Parts: sequence; structure tokens; C-alpha cells
Amino acid sequence: MNAAVTVAPMSESEDAQRLAAEARDRVRFEEDALALADQVYRVARHLANSREDAEELVQETYVRAFRSWASFQPGTNLRAWLLRILTNLNIDRGRRQQRTPQMQPLEANDYHLYDKLTEAGDGVADADRVVERLSQDHIVSALAEVPHDFRDVVVLVDIGDFSYADTAHILDIPVGTVMSRLHRGRRVLKGALAHAALEEAK
Amino acid sequence: MSNLIDPCAHCEEMMQPYLDHILTEAERAEAESHLDECEPCRRRYRFEESLRVYVRQATAEQMTVELRLKLSALRIPLD
Repeated sequence: MNAAVTVAPMSESEDAQRLAAEARDRVRFEEDALALADQVYRVARHLANSREDAEELVQETYVRAFRSWASFQPGTNLRAWLLRILTNLNIDRGRRQQRTPQMQPLEANDYHLYDKLTEAGDGVADADRVVERLSQDHIVSALAEVPHDFRDVVVLVDIGDFSYADTAHILDIPVGTVMSRLHRGRRVLKGALAHAALEEAK
Repeated sequence: MSNLIDPCAHCEEMMQPYLDHILTEAERAEAESHLDECEPCRRRYRFEESLRVYVRQATAEQMTVELRLKLSALRIPLD
């Protein structure tokens, strides 16, 4: 007797369909996430203190992202979701490394950098050309000097192009704090740029 | 603030929120009215705009091919 003749229960094929759909969703999620890797890396590169740290950070971010993919709400901002993972990992790492508290950084006034770059007295400077006195290296190393709380915001807004609201959500801080740290962070950055550019000129 | 004594100092304080488009209508009008008459402040605002563009360009670093491959390899294999 063929005792195995049974009607396949509806639930089995439903399960199979559900698993197949889930697998498709996960594959699509991973593809979407990987498509954003350049943008994630770019933010990581300037939040971290070195290229090596940035690479590690991005890998850890994707490991965590792929593991917790089901917690991502489709249709919401995937880039912000990834950056939230990244910034949390970065903060955790900072605590583990127990960074020594930094001295209050110098916040230059907003016109200071322009004033310093044009002090050389080479006549009336074309405002559009003055920025060329700064090199890419100046920018990258000056950013690395900005204290982390300020740097997180400056990098997310000015490099990552996130809105204040998205930045607030990523860092889990109020929008007012985003604005304050952004403005102050840019002043610290410009102070560091003024210092670097002048040091070189000597 | 010292805006009555030094309108340029006040204009300087408004520069970031102005360029971020977060000033009120009245504040923006105030800044623009000063900028219309003040070439030094105009230059500094122009410089700030070009600096922001430059920062974005100078920080556009690509990841290595090795890292890209490592990330792809993190994908969870289908059963």
C-alpha cells in the first residue's frame, strides 16, 4: 500500500512560496545595499582616522546590515539606515579605544580662513580662485582634526549630503544639536585649514 | 550682538545659516541688504560657497577593488 499518497497540504507550498519570496527580497536588499557602498565608504573614510579603519568599519557595517536585513523597512531610506549602523559602530569603537578627551578646539570666526588665505597681500583676490590655495590633502587632514562629535555632523551633511533631519535621525540627536555642531564643526575645520595652509607657506 | 557697531560682524554670523537656507525671510533680507552694499562680505560669502563645493570634491574617495570584493563576499548564500 502506498501510504505516502497524500494531498500536499496547502501550507507546504505556501511556505515554499514565502521562503522563495523572502530569498528574493533578501537578494534585492543586498544588491541595493551594495549599490550604496561607495557612498557609505566615503562617509566612513572621513569619520574614521585612516583608510584602514574606514575599510574595517565599512566591512563591519555590511556584516551587520546583512544579518539584520529583516529589520529594514522597505521603502525607507536605506542609505540613512546603513549610515546609522556605521556611526553606531564608529562610536562603539571610539569608546573601546578610550580616546583621551580632546582640548577645546579652536573655532575660528567664519571669515577667518578667507582672511588668512588672502593675507599674503597679492592684491585683490578673485574669491573663486582663493579656494585653490587649499589642496585636497589639506582638506582631508583638517577634517581628521575635527573632534568626533562635530566631525560626525560635518561629514554627514557636507560630504554625505544628508538633511538635518536625516542626520539627526542617524546620530540620534535633536535637529538643533545638528545645526549647532555643524556650524561649530565647520569653524573648527576652517581654523585647521587656515593653520595648515599658513604652515606650508612658511 | 554687535551688529549696530559692526554690520560686517553680524553678516559674518549669518553666513552659515544663510548658505544653509535656514534664515527667516526677514533675516535673509537683512543679510542681502548688507551684501548688496558690501563687497568684502560678498567675497567671503562667495568663497564659502566655493569652499563647500571643494570639500565635497576633495573628499570623494573611491574604495579599493579589494574592499568591493570583500563586501560582495559578505552576501549570505542562498540555500
